[in-house]
Amino acid sequence: MTVTAIRPDAPVPDQALGHFSAGFDAQAPAAFAELERLRQRGRAAFEAVGLPTRRIEAWKYTDVRAIARADFVLADQQGGHASPRGAELALALDAYRMVFVDGVFDAERSALSGLPAGAEVAPLSRYLSRGELPTGLASMVDERASAFTALNLAFTGEGAVIEVGRGVELDRPIYLLFVSTAAERAVMSHPRVILRLGDNARATVLEHFVGESGAANLTNLVGEAFLAPGARLDHYKLNEASEREFHIANFKIDQARDSHFSSHSLNLGGALTRNDLDAELNGEGARTDFWGLFFAQGRQHVDNHTVVNHNVARTYSNENYKGILDDRARGVFNGRVYIKRDAQQVRGYQNNANLLLSDRAEIDTKPELEIYADDVLCSHGATTGQLDENAVFALRARGIDQHTARALLTLAFAGEILESTQLPEIAHRVERRVAGMLPDRFNLEGLVELGE
Amino acid sequence: MATEEMERLVQREYKQGFFTEIESDTLAPGLDEQVIAFISNKKGEPEWMLEWRLDAFRQWQTMREPSWAHLDYPPIDYQSISYFSAPKSKDDAPKSLDEVDPKLLETYEKLGIPLHERAALAGVAVDAVFDSVSVATTFKAKLSEAGVIFCSISEAIREYPELVRRYLGTVVPTGDNFFAALNSAVFTDGSFVFVPEGVKCPMELSTYFRINAANTGQFERTLIVCEKGAQVSYLEGCTAPMRDENQLHAAVVELVALDDAYIKYSTVQNWYPGDEDGKGGIYNFVTKRGDCRGARSRISWTQVETGSAITWKYPSCLLTGDYSQGEFYSVAVTNGRQQADTGTKMIHIGKHTRSTIISKGIAAGRSDQSYRGLVKIAPRAEGARNYTQCDSLLIGDRCGAHTFPYQEIGNARATVEHEATTSKIADDQLFYCRARGISEEDAVSMIVNGFCKDVFQELPMEFAVEAEALLSVTLEGSVG
Repeated sequence: MTVTAIRPDAPVPDQALGHFSAGFDAQAPAAFAELERLRQRGRAAFEAVGLPTRRIEAWKYTDVRAIARADFVLADQQGGHASPRGAELALALDAYRMVFVDGVFDAERSALSGLPAGAEVAPLSRYLSRGELPTGLASMVDERASAFTALNLAFTGEGAVIEVGRGVELDRPIYLLFVSTAAERAVMSHPRVILRLGDNARATVLEHFVGESGAANLTNLVGEAFLAPGARLDHYKLNEASEREFHIANFKIDQARDSHFSSHSLNLGGALTRNDLDAELNGEGARTDFWGLFFAQGRQHVDNHTVVNHNVARTYSNENYKGILDDRARGVFNGRVYIKRDAQQVRGYQNNANLLLSDRAEIDTKPELEIYADDVLCSHGATTGQLDENAVFALRARGIDQHTARALLTLAFAGEILESTQLPEIAHRVERRVAGMLPDRFNLEGLVELGE
Repeated sequence: MATEEMERLVQREYKQGFFTEIESDTLAPGLDEQVIAFISNKKGEPEWMLEWRLDAFRQWQTMREPSWAHLDYPPIDYQSISYFSAPKSKDDAPKSLDEVDPKLLETYEKLGIPLHERAALAGVAVDAVFDSVSVATTFKAKLSEAGVIFCSISEAIREYPELVRRYLGTVVPTGDNFFAALNSAVFTDGSFVFVPEGVKCPMELSTYFRINAANTGQFERTLIVCEKGAQVSYLEGCTAPMRDENQLHAAVVELVALDDAYIKYSTVQNWYPGDEDGKGGIYNFVTKRGDCRGARSRISWTQVETGSAITWKYPSCLLTGDYSQGEFYSVAVTNGRQQADTGTKMIHIGKHTRSTIISKGIAAGRSDQSYRGLVKIAPRAEGARNYTQCDSLLIGDRCGAHTFPYQEIGNARATVEHEATTSKIADDQLFYCRARGISEEDAVSMIVNGFCKDVFQELPMEFAVEAEALLSVTLEGSVG
C-alpha cells in the first residue's frame, strides 16, 4: 500500500466509481427478480453515497483513497484456486467449518456434518440458487450507511447463513475461514454473514481472515445477527490478513430481551482495516460485551468504530478495546454509547487503552457518550501511554533483562483481552502472533513458544 | 488598501441611511464593507486595522456557519442585525434601585452581591451609583504605577497600535472559524491587557472590571498579553443576570503568554437563557484561545456557564513553548430548554507540555449539554502529559448529557488519560441528607456543589462563593 500525504479535502477520484460500476456489469446476472432488486438497491445507494472522504466525521481519520485507486475484480471471473495456503493458516479447531477462498465458497475444504437438529448452516449461494432470500438478509444494516455497505448489497452473492433454532445449543463453534489469495489482479469479495439465534439458543462463531503473503485484495463483509430472547452468541473475529489487504467489516446485532452477545475483535493483519460494530439493545435485560485488541506495525492502519445503542431500559454494556501501535502504524478507536430517552437503569462502561511503542505511531481515539436518561450509570475512559517504567524496574530487579521485561509487559497489556476468550486456540494463536510481531529489540525466546 | 479607497468607502453614503439625527450613531441592520468602514472610522482606527477587518469580512463571506455541534436553533439572519450602536442612552435606564424589577433584586440578594454593586448591575444610570467612580480611579492609579495597560480594545488600537498590531489575530486568525471571522470584521467592544516583563499585576482585574460594570458588547474582542515572567488574573462576566438586548453574541478572546508568564482567565456567564420554551435567550458563540508561546508559560481557563439559550464555546490552549502548561476547569449548568456544546482543545506542540481538563456538566429540565474536547499531541511533543476528567450529572429524565472527547496522539512518550462518568444524584445520598433534616432542595444544592468543588476552588474567592449561590438559583425548580 502506498501512503501519500493525506489532505482531508482531497476528493475521491471519480474513476473509483467507474471501477466498481464495471464490477456491477461484470457480475453474473441475478437468478431471480427479487435478488436483482436487492442488488440494484445497493448499486443506487453506492452511486448516491460515494466513497467516503475524510470530511465525513465517521471517516475523519481513515483515508480510503487507496481503495479508490485500486481496480478490484470479482474472484469468480478468474476461475478457481488450486491450492490456497488456507489449510496451513487455519486454526486447528474442532468446529463446524466453512471455507471461503476470495469470497467463493469452497465446499471441499468445508465440514458441516453432524450439526444438531434445529441448526442449519449453509452458504448464502445455496439459498440464492434455490431462488430464495434468507430471512433477515439486508433487513438491519442500512446500505446507505456507507459506500461499503452499499457495495456489499450490490454484490450480494455469497456468505454464510447460520440459523440456530429455539433452545438449541451448538456443541462446537462455527468456524468461518476467509482466505485471500495473491493473484495477478487484486480481487474483491463482499461476503454477507447472517446469524439467527432462536429463544435461548446458544452458539459460538469465529470469523477468521487469513491471506497469502502479498494478497492485496478487498474483503468487504457485512454481518447481521438476530438474537431472540435469552439467546447467547459469542462472536470472535480474528484478522490475520496479509500486510497488503484491505479489510472492511460492518457487523450489526439486534438483541431481544435477556439475550447476551459478546464480541472478541482481534486485529493483527491488513494494510487498511475498518471495523464497524453496532449492537442494538432492544429488549430489557439484554447485555453486550465488546472486547477488542488491535496490534499494528509498519504502515498498517486499523480503525475500530463501535456503537452500543441502549434503546430500552435495564440494558447493559461493557466495552474494552486495547491498541498496541508500533513503527508508523496508525490506530483509530471511536466508541459510542447511546442511551435513548426513558431507557432508565442502564449501565454502560467503556474503556480504551493504547500503548505506543514507537515515536512515529499515532492513535486517534474518541470515546463518546450520548445520554438522554438520568437514572443510568455510565463511564468511559481512554488512556494512551507507554510501558510503566516502575513495572519494568520491578522485573529488572528480579534479574530479567530490559528487552524481555518490555516484551512481557506488552504481552501482559494484551493479556486482559486474551483472557476474555473462551477458545484457548484463539488466545494461544494471538499470544504467539503478538510475541512474534514484537520488535527485534524484544527477545522472548524461550518464554513464549514462537511459530506454529 | 490605498487611502483613497478607504476614504471612498467611508464617504460613500450608507444606502439604508441612519435613523434620525439624534441616533445618528446607530446603523440600520445589515452588513457590508461600508458598515465595516463606518465602524472603523467611528473608532478612529488606523488604516491597517480597517484592512484587517475587511480581510476578515471577505473570508467570512466564503465561510459557512458550522453545523457539527450538538445544537438545534433556527437559522440566524446576519443581515437583520445592526452592527453598530452608540452607548445606550441613560434616559430610559432606571433612576434608582426603586425602579428596578423586584425579582431581579431578589436574585441579587440570593447571590449575595454587595449593595453598592447592585445598582450598577441593574443598569441604574452610572452617576447614581454610590461611590463607584472614586473606587475605580484608585484602581486605575495602582495599575499604571505597575506599568500594566488595561483599557478598552478601541482605546488600545488608538493609543498602543504597535502593541495591538503585534499580537492581534496571532492566536485566533481572522479566518479561524465563521464566528471569529465575523467578530474580526465587526467587533466594537472589548478589553486590552498588557502586563510588561516581570510584573505581577497588583490586583485581580476582575475587581476593577466589576465596579466599572462595562456593558458587555455583542461582538467583544479581548486581547491579553503577558510578557516574560508577568502574571495576571482576569475575570470576565458576572454572576448577576445582566441587562442585555442583543441576542447574538460572538466574542473572541486571545491570550498570549511569553516565557514563564501566567494568565488566569475566569468567566462567569449568566446571560438570559430564554423563557420556558427557550424563546428569546442569548446565542453565545465564543472563540477563546490562549497561546503558551514561551517556555514554562501557563494559561488557565476557568468557566462557570449557567446562562444563554445556546452556548458554543471551546476555550483552548496552544502549548507551543517547552514545559508550558494549559488548564481548563469548567462547570456548565443547563436548565429549561438551554443547549450547551462546550469543552476545550489542548494542542501540545512543545516538549514536556502538560494539560489538565476538569469539566463538570449538570443538565436539568429539558436541556441538552455536550462536552466536546480535543487533546492533540504533536509528533515532537515528547513527554507531553494530559489528564482529562469530565463528569455529567443528570437531574430529571427529559434532559441529555453527551461527551465527545477527541484524542489525537502522535508521540509515544506522551501520556494521555481520559475519564468520564454520567450519573444522577444517588437516592441514598439524598436520603442521607433528608434523614438529617435537610430539605430536598438544599440537599441537591449541597450535592451539586460538592460535584463542582474541583472547579469552584479554581475561582477567585469571592466569585467562588457567588458561583455556589448561582448554581442553586439556576437549578431552582428542577427538583421535586
